[in-house]
Amino acid sequence: MIFFRLFWVFTKIGVFGFGGGYAMLSLIQDEVVEKNNWMTKQQFTDLIAVSQMTPGPIGINTATYAGYTALENSGSSPFVSILGSVVATFSLCLPSFILIILISYFFSRFRSNKYFAWAMTGVRLLSVALIGLAAVSLMNHKNFIDYFSPLLFLGALFLSVRYKLHPVFVIAVAAVIGIFIY
Amino acid sequence: MFFKLFVTFTRIGLFTIGGGYAVIPLIERDIVSRGWLSKEEFYELLSITESLPGVFATNIAALVGYKINGLKGGAIAALGTIVAPFAIIIMIAAFFSRFQENIWVTKAFKALRPAAVALIVAPCFSAIKANKLTYKTAIIPIVALLIMWQGHVSPIFIVIFGCIAGIIYNIFKEKNKRR
Repeated sequence: MIFFRLFWVFTKIGVFGFGGGYAMLSLIQDEVVEKNNWMTKQQFTDLIAVSQMTPGPIGINTATYAGYTALENSGSSPFVSILGSVVATFSLCLPSFILIILISYFFSRFRSNKYFAWAMTGVRLLSVALIGLAAVSLMNHKNFIDYFSPLLFLGALFLSVRYKLHPVFVIAVAAVIGIFIY
Repeated sequence: MFFKLFVTFTRIGLFTIGGGYAVIPLIERDIVSRGWLSKEEFYELLSITESLPGVFATNIAALVGYKINGLKGGAIAALGTIVAPFAIIIMIAAFFSRFQENIWVTKAFKALRPAAVALIVAPCFSAIKANKLTYKTAIIPIVALLIMWQGHVSPIFIVIFGCIAGIIYNIFKEKNKRR
């Protein structure tokens, strides 16, 4: 049952997705691309590119898109596919929503809990690895097709790290270059 | 009131382009200027969000909404951040394959893909800075990366491991201090 599967997978991502959207990407890609084949690696990369240009948190965007393609690939109609998106997005947000309600009840106790703070220092250190995983697993021949690709990669990295250029502009510049060189 | 809360967070959802923390000043301005929360209250909620799993914008929305108007407020604010991106992505998912057959789009995407990967690498640098990684401590995330990448270990285990290791490390640190 694909709806149940979507619910289960995105609840898991919602529970373990610490460290912000980019750290969450490795989890999403592991579950959505590798384990469940709801979209290809290339589709996933395209979705990330699109997410950089469209409004909305990257986690919501990928959940919505994955929910749709998961059902579309299994031959469902567009309407049913939208239901897949609803289930995926809802499941992604549910765990932290429940947590927030609990926290609001037990706020003082939660805040002074040192074990929780300690656990977070460990996770924060590993968020570098989680972000890195999403990046390295997308560095393949489908995304890096020729000699231009590493140059584009380095150029984009330089513009965004050194000059803090907004992702929208980085993507826009790359798109224009692509139209000229390919 | 509920409607205002919903619209405010829909706007915030719409402005989260390119991900993440760009929304903080936006939320601050909207929420604090309306007198819904004080600055201190807002920063308190912000510090909680940093240790929550899931989607940042939705979490901060739920927290602020809850504080203002209880469970209903939380649900409506969270929903507000989701609607706009949800609708946009549905449109893209429904028409993307047709759109992609366009020759110009194909060309653009050939160059877009490596740039998109670079945009994932970029936050790595800020995470390295935020953790004050040195050559010694950098070994930990590097080993974790290799285990996940080459060993095909699920990132979920790495997150769990990080929690446990963080607790054990600090317990030892505290014991050493007492001596």
